[in-house]
Amino acid sequence: MSAEPLHDITLTINGVPHPMQVPARRLLSDAIRHDAKLTGTHVGCEHGVCGACTVLVDGVAARSCLMLAVTAEGAAITTTEGCLRPDGSLGAVQQAFRDCHALQCGFCTPGFITTITAYLDDNPDPSEAEAREAIGGNLCRCTGYQNIVAAVLRAAEIRREEQD
Amino acid sequence: MATRLFGQRVPRVEDPRLLSGNGRYLDDLGHDALAAALLRSPHAHARIVDIDVSAALDVEGLVAIYTYDDLEGRAAEPLPLLIPHPTLTHGRTGYALAKDEVNHVGEAIAMVVAVDRYVAEDAAALIAVTYDFLPPVVGIEQARAAEHLVHPDVPGNVAATMVQENGDAAARIAAAPRRQSLSLCIQRSASMPMEGKGVLAEWDADDRSLRVHSSTQTSTSVRQAIAAKLELPVDRVEVVTPDVGGGFGVKIVHPWPEEILVPMAAIRLGRPVKWVEDRREHFISSAHERGQVHEVEVGYDDEGRIEGLSVQFWHDNGSYTPYGLIVPIITATQLLGPYKPGAYRVEFTSLYTNTVLVTPYRGAGRPQGCYVMERVMDAIARDLGLDRAEVRSRNFIQPEEMPYDHGLIFQDGRALKYDSGDFPASLAKLKALVGWDDFAAFRDQARADGRKVGIGLACYVEGTGVGPYEGGHVKIETDGTVVVSTGLTTQGQGHQTMLAQIVADELGVPVDRISVTTGDTRRFKYAVGTFASRTAVMSGNAVALTARKVRDKAFRIAADALEAAVDDLEIVDGVVRVKGSPAGGIDLGAVAVLSNPLRYAFDEAAARATQFASPADPTKPPLDGEEPGLEATDYYSPPQSTFANGMHAVIVETDPDTAEISILRYCVVHDCGTVINPMILEGQVHGGVAQGVGGALYERMEYDEAGQLLNASYMDFLMPYASEVPHIEIDHLETPSPLNPLGVKGAGEAGVIPGSAAIAAAIEDAEGIVIDTMPISPSELFDLRRRTAEG
Repeated sequence: MSAEPLHDITLTINGVPHPMQVPARRLLSDAIRHDAKLTGTHVGCEHGVCGACTVLVDGVAARSCLMLAVTAEGAAITTTEGCLRPDGSLGAVQQAFRDCHALQCGFCTPGFITTITAYLDDNPDPSEAEAREAIGGNLCRCTGYQNIVAAVLRAAEIRREEQD
Repeated sequence: MATRLFGQRVPRVEDPRLLSGNGRYLDDLGHDALAAALLRSPHAHARIVDIDVSAALDVEGLVAIYTYDDLEGRAAEPLPLLIPHPTLTHGRTGYALAKDEVNHVGEAIAMVVAVDRYVAEDAAALIAVTYDFLPPVVGIEQARAAEHLVHPDVPGNVAATMVQENGDAAARIAAAPRRQSLSLCIQRSASMPMEGKGVLAEWDADDRSLRVHSSTQTSTSVRQAIAAKLELPVDRVEVVTPDVGGGFGVKIVHPWPEEILVPMAAIRLGRPVKWVEDRREHFISSAHERGQVHEVEVGYDDEGRIEGLSVQFWHDNGSYTPYGLIVPIITATQLLGPYKPGAYRVEFTSLYTNTVLVTPYRGAGRPQGCYVMERVMDAIARDLGLDRAEVRSRNFIQPEEMPYDHGLIFQDGRALKYDSGDFPASLAKLKALVGWDDFAAFRDQARADGRKVGIGLACYVEGTGVGPYEGGHVKIETDGTVVVSTGLTTQGQGHQTMLAQIVADELGVPVDRISVTTGDTRRFKYAVGTFASRTAVMSGNAVALTARKVRDKAFRIAADALEAAVDDLEIVDGVVRVKGSPAGGIDLGAVAVLSNPLRYAFDEAAARATQFASPADPTKPPLDGEEPGLEATDYYSPPQSTFANGMHAVIVETDPDTAEISILRYCVVHDCGTVINPMILEGQVHGGVAQGVGGALYERMEYDEAGQLLNASYMDFLMPYASEVPHIEIDHLETPSPLNPLGVKGAGEAGVIPGSAAIAAAIEDAEGIVIDTMPISPSELFDLRRRTAEG
């Protein structure tokens, strides 16, 4: 079996272009983690169920284990590293997670951070029930979600405070 | 004196790193390593006739393929039986790669190493294995029937039979005014951490040393196992546990085949090799737990007091028994919960099946035991028409009876002797929290409205903090920062924060000046591991004792410098000073400088400790009986386990038409002794409850008759999402353990233990139908209703 053909692509991740050569079958999650070496994005199931690998593709939450890297060229990809503030300090959602003890092992957390970031862009003032619904597609095995729900509300609060 | 940090909601020091994408989990390391993939058996039970790798050899990028025949020396022997027990007469373990026979779907047959994982999987798919099929044994019923054997040299598929008793249970039951028999079943689930297992091995051929990173719950024992299996001197092997994405028990088992195979390949190839488990691999080759069938005989008086209890149960241990009998021993002993059973007899049989091996998953046999005992309590209440809380109350061990010895042997080989607890007080708190006494009115009103609601409660005692020991190393650097190390590992429990809080109080330094390392054998070589809710008890006390030694040493050195008596000194904000005298102290960094007399001034601080700068008495030896450095090592090794306890109450609503089960309220009263960090503790309870809910209503391993795991994906194995986990209300009771200096009892597993028991009770209350099998799905409840209606 001979080597696979490689494709020259450039992924734009958190505003930074990452040129790379990848086979057509390379998952976006692997390209982000192992080619761009941005390991904040995690892979929990590789079949699109757990949500740990969620990144934003042109601002929309997407499972990077269900996308091929070659299909993401030209898109603006945001990972949890891209949710930090420009000075490198924690962004609103990340800070809310710390405030509310919304992470334990931290493995699922990047997928929650990106998911919630996109959600709050569209829904800046969710109710508690809406906050729970917003994270309903991501699995966490450590926290029981209660503090993550609280973190969604806290993040919304931080964002509102910053806009005032 | 600065505010004591013990007991405070100190924000986690781990979080900024983990939240900013700077965590370092196993697969975040070794980007340039070769990748390993495992060829695993697609059959539950078969002899291996032939393995043909020829087609795989043509794959470009292939580096190596290993089968059993490539293993050498002790690596070719069976994997270790980690916890032997005299009654485990037929313990069996597998090989790192299957030798002649496979005993479950997922058992490793060959390891392929290639330039990346994609290519490694391509090659693995081209390996042709010829099998001679054997009949699989699936489930406890088939194992007991023993029509077929898992291991031909294990008669009846019986790995072990164990009996423990205290008093003549049969006679007491026979003589009791009232008797009942119950048959109770719990199905399989699994730890299912979000990060699977993983191993990275790097061999330095020049130094002849091996560095292994493993996503394990015990780096020290993995190190010993690798050295033994690969026949390397232990001091040439280091094992580091990086950030771990959850463990919940499955990662305490070791060495997993890959922990031997990956280092072996790295040594042979002279290149770093990495294996990262994918989710399907985790389902079919990492351990499961919980599958047990129980038969109970209970005798009690007309007031509901138990006079005799006899429990026989069958434990499905899967294909191998590397972790011994720990899970069924815990069920057998912890079943008793907060109660006095009169006379007690328990007998279990641990059975082989052609399924994934069974080892502890958070709770480790306690959820089954709690479920059995609490079903018994509810059955007694039902028979006598008594309030269920009242029946429990009448059987409680009373606070004045502590310490209470059950006359049984616990999982650590020591007495099952409760150290502390106030069960009546806990129950009172729980009843108040959930509104137990007001529920009947709510239920009646709901029924009048056509709704079905029910309440249940369950109580447990959890032996925590088992030995044999843990240790700590504490060192104060010359800049005044404190580095702490303990050998056990961490998987998200906030150990760095919790241990820093303890050290901060002991040394009088702020948390932000303390860094804590866990699970790195380069830093601390003696440890047991992280399991059994033991870190706060074991490493917590170990670092407290160690910090006290360092403080005493700091006082001895500072006393000379300050010309004061040791007993007059205190440390405030990192400065050693005479008590109550803010001026004229000496900071800990300076004490650290003085602790290490020097000849060479490699920096400014060091200059103060050199021979011509030192104010020390020129007539005394410079070290004067001390070891250099402001540091110490100490160990904590208790004579027995601590025993935490708790009680849960749950209110459910079942849909009259669809039988959908909803949790309306979930209340927890928890007693883990003194609380180090309430925020972290509540997080542990929340997570445990979520797993308890999963085990009660959703999670099960669906094996078919051929031994295929039908739901080996997150799509089909139903772990709770946010929509399934209720809001959890918590109240605490703190009865400190008298057994250790900090008074702590451990909390990691608490939340999960009574889930199935409490939820079964609540559904039973809502439906008026006896629940004896968990988990229960809406369709099962629907069928149960129909069968009950049909009589």
